[in-house]
Amino acid sequence: MKKLINHQPNRTMHLFLGLLPFALLLLVYIASSDARLEVNPNDKLLPSFAQIGDGIERMAFEPSKRTGEYLFWQDTASSLFRLSIGVLIAAGIGLLLGMFTGAVPMFSAGVSPLLTVVSLIPPLAILPVLFILFGLGESSKIILIAIGITPFIARDLQRRTQEIPFEQLVKAQTLGANTSQILMRVILPQILPKLIEAVRLSLGAGWLFLIAAEAVASTDGLGYRIFLVRRYMAMDVILPYVAWITFLAFFIDVGLKNLSTFLFPWHETGAKK
Amino acid sequence: MNNNTNTSPNTNNLEPIEGKGNSVPMIQVNNVGKQYGDNVVLERLNKTVHEGEFVTLVGASGCGKSTFLNMLLGTAEPSSGEILLHGKPIPSEPGSDRGIVFQQYSVFPHMSVLENVMAAKAFKAKGLTGFLFGASRTQAKKDASEILEQVGLGHALNKYPDELSGGMKQRLAIAQALLGQPRILLLDEPFGALDPGIRADMHELVLTLWKELKLTVFMVTHDLKEGFYLGSRLWVFDKLRHDPHAPQRYGAGITYDLQVGQVDHALYQQIDDEIRPVSDVQVA
Repeated sequence: MKKLINHQPNRTMHLFLGLLPFALLLLVYIASSDARLEVNPNDKLLPSFAQIGDGIERMAFEPSKRTGEYLFWQDTASSLFRLSIGVLIAAGIGLLLGMFTGAVPMFSAGVSPLLTVVSLIPPLAILPVLFILFGLGESSKIILIAIGITPFIARDLQRRTQEIPFEQLVKAQTLGANTSQILMRVILPQILPKLIEAVRLSLGAGWLFLIAAEAVASTDGLGYRIFLVRRYMAMDVILPYVAWITFLAFFIDVGLKNLSTFLFPWHETGAKK
Repeated sequence: MNNNTNTSPNTNNLEPIEGKGNSVPMIQVNNVGKQYGDNVVLERLNKTVHEGEFVTLVGASGCGKSTFLNMLLGTAEPSSGEILLHGKPIPSEPGSDRGIVFQQYSVFPHMSVLENVMAAKAFKAKGLTGFLFGASRTQAKKDASEILEQVGLGHALNKYPDELSGGMKQRLAIAQALLGQPRILLLDEPFGALDPGIRADMHELVLTLWKELKLTVFMVTHDLKEGFYLGSRLWVFDKLRHDPHAPQRYGAGITYDLQVGQVDHALYQQIDDEIRPVSDVQVA
């Protein structure tokens, strides 16, 4: 009898074990929902799948009676716009800060202490400041996302830059490279895949800041809608919205991973070893 | 570890090797010492090296031979004394006059074999980005392919370094270093991680290139045999004085400075015995 740590699941087993918890959760939900609806057909807490389907139908495929828009898609577009602009700004600034603090000691001496302190400020605590400074429009939400994840990306890339073997920098210099050539050809290409990794890791925080900002002050967006319909205990809308956000997050993560493999094949072969 | 506490080899008995005629020495080492805090690594080094010599540096681990190489490279500075290159103090940062091949991490993992060597050309051309365009790019590609063919990598131009074996990676590192056209080539245990058969191939490659390009070579190695086989001159690094109660008090010096090819078997055996602990470590 082999020890437990030496048992490897085969492909079928892998698939079965992976799907099992999902199936169990679904079963528990259906059973609980049926039980509650049996007692009280107007119960809103655990809607049946038919009710959830109605909710999706109403939000996504019927124009809103008030505005004539398809709210679900409108919310999705607004939220994705804010998230992507915020993340792009954070990635750009984080890349530059990380690369220069990691590679240029003089720059690092001037900027790193400030970066460390800024990264300790809880971003949500300054959300009111952003609303005061930038108003309740798009910019304050985008800036919250950017401020929230830039320090993480910058510090991660600073460490990645410092991890590039010293030997490579020496080698480039013995080939006659100057500072900007070393930054452009030795350091930047090697931290770009790390940038994608850092963005993937920070997207969770990005969603958090997005939904928080939308919940506080907004007129549309996925986070706004969830907090709005909470007043009516509309679980038939909240649950599909949460599922949709989860799916979007998953889809973006897989997309970024594939993009990295496509753009930086040398990085993947290295990672496998 | 060191059994000649009282009988340190007398360097004065060995004729100092002053190479070719009256030419100005390429490198002069004047009373150089190096210490980190209280830890004295090297002390009182005095040597001259002429253009075209192939110096191998052997010695036990931690005896300062790599430190000496780093001082030539410009990544470490002497604590006392000075090293002169063509009569001027050697620059305290790496530059294109001194090429280097390390034991590992010598090549750029994000560039293909061809790009690795072309980058050497691009860095030479200066500019801000380190990329080449148009005719100079075509020319660089041609030059790079030629030198890669010469070191036996003609079939692997589009592979990434991670797809190459250890020996091929070092071939690439050498090709890359040579395209920078250095006058001095520094090798820091370049073949330490290679299989014996591949090592022999690499020895041939280095000897050929040394003769063809009339380079001055400094090579650190653990392997005394390799040192005798490759060099035209062999330096043994070891402690001249030893205080058993404070092993860090005295640094290492160069205890033997030998013209390769003129050493009898007894002396070889003696040196081998003195740095024996290293050989044991290697076998283990």
